[in-house]
Amino acid sequence: MVEVQDITKKYGNTAVVDQVSVSIPKGKITSFIGPNGAGKSTLLSIVSRLITKDSGEVRIDDQEISSVKSNALAKKIAILKQSNHLNVRLTVKELVSFGRFPYSQGRLTKEDRTFIKDAIDYMELNDMQDKYLDQLSGGQKQRAFIAMVIAQDTDYILLDEPLNNLDMKHSVQIMKVLRRLVDELGKTVVIVIHDVNFASVYSDYIVALKHGEIIHQGPKNDMIDRKVLRDVYDMDIQIQDIDQCKICLYFN
Amino acid sequence: MRLKLKLSILLILSLILVAIYLFAGIPGNWEYILPRRFSRVLAIIVTGSVIAIATVVFQTITNNRILTPSVIGLDSLYVLLQTFLIFVFGSTSAFAVNPNLNFAISVGAMIVFAFLLYHLLFKKQKNVYFLLLVGIVFGTFFGSLSSFMQVLIDPNEFMIVQNRMFASFNNVNTDILWFSIILIIITIIYFWKYIKFLDVMSLGKEQAINLGVDYDEVVKRLLIVIAIWISVATALVGPILFLGLLVANVTYEFMKTYRHSYLLIASALVSIVALVGGQLVVDRIFSFETTLSVIINFIGGAYFLYLILKENKEW
Repeated sequence: MVEVQDITKKYGNTAVVDQVSVSIPKGKITSFIGPNGAGKSTLLSIVSRLITKDSGEVRIDDQEISSVKSNALAKKIAILKQSNHLNVRLTVKELVSFGRFPYSQGRLTKEDRTFIKDAIDYMELNDMQDKYLDQLSGGQKQRAFIAMVIAQDTDYILLDEPLNNLDMKHSVQIMKVLRRLVDELGKTVVIVIHDVNFASVYSDYIVALKHGEIIHQGPKNDMIDRKVLRDVYDMDIQIQDIDQCKICLYFN
Repeated sequence: MRLKLKLSILLILSLILVAIYLFAGIPGNWEYILPRRFSRVLAIIVTGSVIAIATVVFQTITNNRILTPSVIGLDSLYVLLQTFLIFVFGSTSAFAVNPNLNFAISVGAMIVFAFLLYHLLFKKQKNVYFLLLVGIVFGTFFGSLSSFMQVLIDPNEFMIVQNRMFASFNNVNTDILWFSIILIIITIIYFWKYIKFLDVMSLGKEQAINLGVDYDEVVKRLLIVIAIWISVATALVGPILFLGLLVANVTYEFMKTYRHSYLLIASALVSIVALVGGQLVVDRIFSFETTLSVIINFIGGAYFLYLILKENKEW
């Protein structure tokens, strides 16, 4: 379980994340939703130690993250940010191999190679594993990065807007993979997501942030609610049940 | 393998050039000429490799292919020191004439400066780019101070200052050379265990942290090692601005890999090829009419412009 307690992060005098406490349930997909600038990405970055917090505690499986060695943490929690621009030219397979660094420190063992192969199979990247990343489309590239995270073999996977710049087909593909990671491999996935409908259809638990604070959280059925969403987005959103999915109509 | 083949080509090429440099055209008097050539070629190999490796590591840390460690301002500090010593004590004083003393002062001052810079900055602001900006400001400041003194100085003394502003392998002191080699070997042993992090760091800061690199700590240590290398190399032969940039980029283009175990060795070899080759040209074609660093800076400058234009087109 990931427990966040009283986390605060300030830039100058403005608190981007203000006294946030939340516990993220294990074995579920948790979505962070909220308007731009609500502090979702910052919170995710703090949980994954990319950004240092000003105060508060983050405990992963009852260990405060700053007391754990970075390398040990890399075997527990993985993060994928939204912009994945690389300065080096890598093939898909080379990128996925990097996922094994916490275990092998760059010298791949036989076990590492099985993990790499499995991750590539899992993301159906077999026929393009020797292609360079800059030859791939946005969706394929995103899948390659997710394969790297899978190879890292962590219990917790954090993704910052994994659907950014993807079309509908690829978005659905990525979300289905995340669902499978949770259902088949027992991972815990946390995502920052802007499309409430993807959050509604694919996640188990939703946390809503606004102005650096958590204003609502709960299982998705309680969260996809006209009143709750009005609080979060300041919009009156109609909700319809279609095929047992709650779909929000926010287009007009 | 393909990469090993490329490394072998570089190795053979550099061995051939070193052999030509050492043995070609000796009219006689071997026991006099050979040791001189040997120490010169050794100085080239040591400084060339160290500058190349330092630049590759620096570019990996900063994720930028057009930066060199000279932006921290060490080169300018060296020029300032030399100017200052001659300005205050005169060109005939021990500070300027005694190579051991001059070397000790230069290396000491540069390393102390680098430590202070890192120490002050890393305490508060854990940001490499902030460090670079402050480094550039200091570099400019040192440069202005130097030119201020150079304007006031006696023209004859200025000639001596000017000589020191360009790298030269022609009169390297052998005692200092051996001392530098020992110092560099010690730092390379220390550096060894950090090589594995470099590949991951070339993916960027966030990926490096995600993959378990203790990023701030590793960057700090690497920057210290780089400062020591650059200080020693600069104090040994003088500032070579564009060598690192030129060599690092030629290495990336030639090797086309991200793996630093290959890149570091290759960059050192490319550097040796460039410097020994260049020195051959200086000795045999220009017959010492020009210095090697002028040629390196000319080619490096042209290549720098090419890089900027190329990057510009890609955007």
